[in-house]
Amino acid sequence: MIKTRRVRNLFMAPFAVWSILFIIVPLLLIAGYAFTAEEGGFTLANLAIMGRWEYRKALWLSVALALASTVLCLLIAYPLCLILAQWKLKKGSELILLFVLPLWMNSLLSTMAWQTILERNGLINQLMRLLGLPDLHLINTPFAIVLGMIYNFLPYMILPLYTVLSAISVHLREAAQDLGAGPWHTFLHVILPLSVPGIISGITLVFIPSLTTFVISAMLGGGKILLIGNIIEQEFTATYNWHLGSGLSMFLMIFIIFNMILSAVFERNE
Amino acid sequence: MKEVWKKLYALFVLVFLYAPIAVLIAQSFNASRYRGHWTGFTLHWYSALFENEEILEAFGNTMLIAFISSVAATLIAIVTCLAAAAMKKRGRLIVTGTANISMLNADIVTGISLMMLFLAFGLRFGFGTVLLSHIIFNVPYALLNILPGVMAMDKASYESALDLGATPFRAFMHVTVPEILPGVISGFLMAFTMSADDFIITHFTKGPGVDTLPTKIYAELKIGIKPEMYALTTLMTGALVLLMILLQINRKHSRNLAQSVEAIY
Repeated sequence: MIKTRRVRNLFMAPFAVWSILFIIVPLLLIAGYAFTAEEGGFTLANLAIMGRWEYRKALWLSVALALASTVLCLLIAYPLCLILAQWKLKKGSELILLFVLPLWMNSLLSTMAWQTILERNGLINQLMRLLGLPDLHLINTPFAIVLGMIYNFLPYMILPLYTVLSAISVHLREAAQDLGAGPWHTFLHVILPLSVPGIISGITLVFIPSLTTFVISAMLGGGKILLIGNIIEQEFTATYNWHLGSGLSMFLMIFIIFNMILSAVFERNE
Repeated sequence: MKEVWKKLYALFVLVFLYAPIAVLIAQSFNASRYRGHWTGFTLHWYSALFENEEILEAFGNTMLIAFISSVAATLIAIVTCLAAAAMKKRGRLIVTGTANISMLNADIVTGISLMMLFLAFGLRFGFGTVLLSHIIFNVPYALLNILPGVMAMDKASYESALDLGATPFRAFMHVTVPEILPGVISGFLMAFTMSADDFIITHFTKGPGVDTLPTKIYAELKIGIKPEMYALTTLMTGALVLLMILLQINRKHSRNLAQSVEAIY
């Protein structure tokens, strides 16, 4: 449709401005703050701070909880999407809509509803007392935070998995079975390999928001369990040490870049 | 696996997904303003909602910002995709790569980096900075939804329209637009959703006195949520469910929507 270079470049101009001014420059600004001291001059102190145990602990706890939530999301979503894809192929039902509807709920409010369910006098403990059972200590634990992460990010695992699994044709399954493969064999050698792209995008979409959240940990961790996101948020909105906050963000960038490379490699292989 | 077990499993996940929503809806009819404490049925919070100007204003801001930012992002994305279709493969990879960087980046990093940028520009933090940041983070969602349609477009039909005497604008509106429309709609819907639910980036780029629903809720978390907020959420959920049902009745539309929903990731 566009034939001349001039028109093409004109049409590309808004995107070029967008990517340089609003994507590249802001990232350079973070790096600029990270490698300078408050009173000016180059420093590595904002990065070296990660050697202190309270920062290291927050980073490793974040990684551990994000890994837990990603693995659990995958384990919950995979069988579900297999079932939903099968129902779609057999009956043409679009039940997937029911499973992504919660995406449109405000995530702060639904996380707060989990507070109501989990807290000391919450719904679960009210039920326990009704049954004459001892109280459970659920709120303000790493368990509650992982539960909140799973709740908030599960649809992001369900969507890509459902898309790849419902695209695997019935004929392919039947062919595998006609050739003598049992259901387990068909799954392991036909369905699972074909669903890898969905698994990878699901992992990317769940891991990064879990790793960097500060809202879920603040609400379900009771402010006692600090994740790296909470510390960075505090540096920017409470302690106003932007240099330190930027230095800590650089560590997040390592994981984000690793994730981007991972998804880029799989996209190329597709 | 037996059909019963499959149904039970799907039901189990549904209960997990809808339990907090049920709690919020129940809360909106609860006479007590405290959480998890049922003292009787009331409709008081619904009438109070329409007198609570702060919440209504935050709701208005959310919808206005979501609408303007997704329209703007969709327009930028359409123009970019048309140009990208005329580029070589490597040029296109740079475009999608840049869009991916912005989309996969953590919200907290996007938020603080835009805050620093706006500060470096000397912008006044308020409605404008929030709107600008929403346009910025919405561009890749629109772009990645629209590009496949533009690439798959039949270029010959546009040319034939021109040969048959149509002006380029007319040919674009009558030939190109209908072809890329499904991608444009799913891109717009996705951008709208992302904008309306964003808390983190808004948190860092808003100024005092301006609130969207998510930032308003966050501010209220510390002092206790006003029950009017539950009423608003219940009404919004109801509207959403109604929309889904209407679309389900019209099967053709529902298939389109399912496609757009699948595109949201």
